[in-house]
Amino acid sequence: MKLAKFFFIGVLVICAVNVQAKTYLTKKDFLAMAFSQDNTSTSESGETIEPEKKTLWLDDELQSRIRAIIDHNYPKLRLKYWQKNNQTVWFLDKIGKERPISFGISIQNNKVDLIRVLAFRESRGGEIRMQSFTEQFNNISIDENNKLDQSIDGITGATMSVNAMKKITRMALMLDKLVNQ
Amino acid sequence: MKFKLSALAAALIASGTAMAAEPTNQELLELIEKQEAQIKELKTAVKKSQKQVEQTVEAVESNMASSGSKTTIGGYGEVHYNNIEGAEEIDFHRFVLFAGYEFSDKIRFFSELEVEHSIAGDGKNGEVELEQAYIEMDLSNDTKLKSGLFLIPVGILNETHEPNTFYGVERNPVEKNIIPATWWEAGATINTQFSEGFSADFAIHSGLNTPLDGDKAFNIRSGRQKVSEAAAENFAYTARVKYTAVPGLELAATIQHQTDITQGELDASANLIEAHAVYNSGSFGLRALYASWDIDGDEAAAFGRDKQSGYYIEPSYKINENFGVFARFAAWDNTEGDALDSEKEQTNIGLNYWPHENVVFKFDLENRGGTQDGDGFNVGVGYQF
Repeated sequence: MKLAKFFFIGVLVICAVNVQAKTYLTKKDFLAMAFSQDNTSTSESGETIEPEKKTLWLDDELQSRIRAIIDHNYPKLRLKYWQKNNQTVWFLDKIGKERPISFGISIQNNKVDLIRVLAFRESRGGEIRMQSFTEQFNNISIDENNKLDQSIDGITGATMSVNAMKKITRMALMLDKLVNQ
Repeated sequence: MKFKLSALAAALIASGTAMAAEPTNQELLELIEKQEAQIKELKTAVKKSQKQVEQTVEAVESNMASSGSKTTIGGYGEVHYNNIEGAEEIDFHRFVLFAGYEFSDKIRFFSELEVEHSIAGDGKNGEVELEQAYIEMDLSNDTKLKSGLFLIPVGILNETHEPNTFYGVERNPVEKNIIPATWWEAGATINTQFSEGFSADFAIHSGLNTPLDGDKAFNIRSGRQKVSEAAAENFAYTARVKYTAVPGLELAATIQHQTDITQGELDASANLIEAHAVYNSGSFGLRALYASWDIDGDEAAAFGRDKQSGYYIEPSYKINENFGVFARFAAWDNTEGDALDSEKEQTNIGLNYWPHENVVFKFDLENRGGTQDGDGFNVGVGYQF
């Protein structure tokens, strides 16, 4: 049994030599995914419309609206987002329990059409990146109180990560409404 | 006078003729070049200014980003009031602080330090316990390694036991007395995700060291050494598989082999089998768990402790975002191996109220049966951050 003990510890040491970051998707890849889903990529004159990178400054009034959703100010002065027709794409971070989770969110006609976990840094709750879970957010929107209009079935042991994803989705939908007003 | 006026008119005409003269191409070229240089200068200045603004914004944002700190602090706690058969007790059951540090994107430290029952020390009721302190490394996107002192991957509550995440003031008696939660050991564990929603853990870690005689002989819960100058002659091995591919559903099973739960005093190997299901769909929730120990050796059998097992089932219903109700039936037996019917039972019915997702107030009625008696109720408040 001692041999097994030493063998296992040896394997762990070898494995530890080459550790890699837990990034699932780059922003560039997410943008490609999000805008490849769009069918309205040409203007009336037949010209190809490229997504436009824009900036949204988070002033006090907007931070107040964000705070009502995520319980704190978003720790940025401004957000960069991409827009093409009625579609916007946002890259937002939210701490689940301890470390920030990076999300990519694409919104079309005020509804989520794609959401992915780009990077996960928490100890527990990584199941939120599963497609079967993220698909629950497809076509979800918010009501007048910025609450999700559909329920999301959670994941045992990942409550805080699930809550973080729900809140960041509400925030993205609210921002989408704002820039499309 | 006439002469003076004529001379002035002639001068003005001459001057006007000179002013109205077309600039030469050379003059225009020089003008354009001059303006181009000015535009270039302005562009450079604007670009430089934009860069400075961007750098300033980024510098401010890096300071305001809560995620910028590599050190994290968290915690949870719960106060309980128990009134069972008229025996009243109020207790700050657990006060826990988490501290973590991120060495890099792929290597991090996590710890959990707990004060149980408010006061620790000689003659006091409480304890100060280090429940988690480990280094976690991402070996790949799907595999991570923990080494140090960590929670055993078993059961529903052992790894996730913050008060706002479960129903009932007290943790269920099956996971407490059979598994036994909260249970931590030192060693190393690998967690890997084979495919989406299907993961496995394998751990090698310090083992149990149960008393050999008295009321607690071969009692699993009493065998936890809590990694405090623990005997390490005989390690234990734990494997868990977990299925979470369907939203709201968790199916998991753990097996554990203890090479000797007396750490060399006797030859008493032991095996734990645990399986559970959790299902949440909309407002409805269900938890069910079964756990069983099988201990080798005549000595454990003599105390009826060669078999110890239990199960519970807990349906719940969330009325809205803030209120939920539940019922739980639990049965367990730590001396199942003897000829007597020594099973204990407990039924709890109650509610949780979450004024915030991380703050909970709890109330439940408790009825004890089997070889234990007592009716009463429990009230609690808990939080995590």
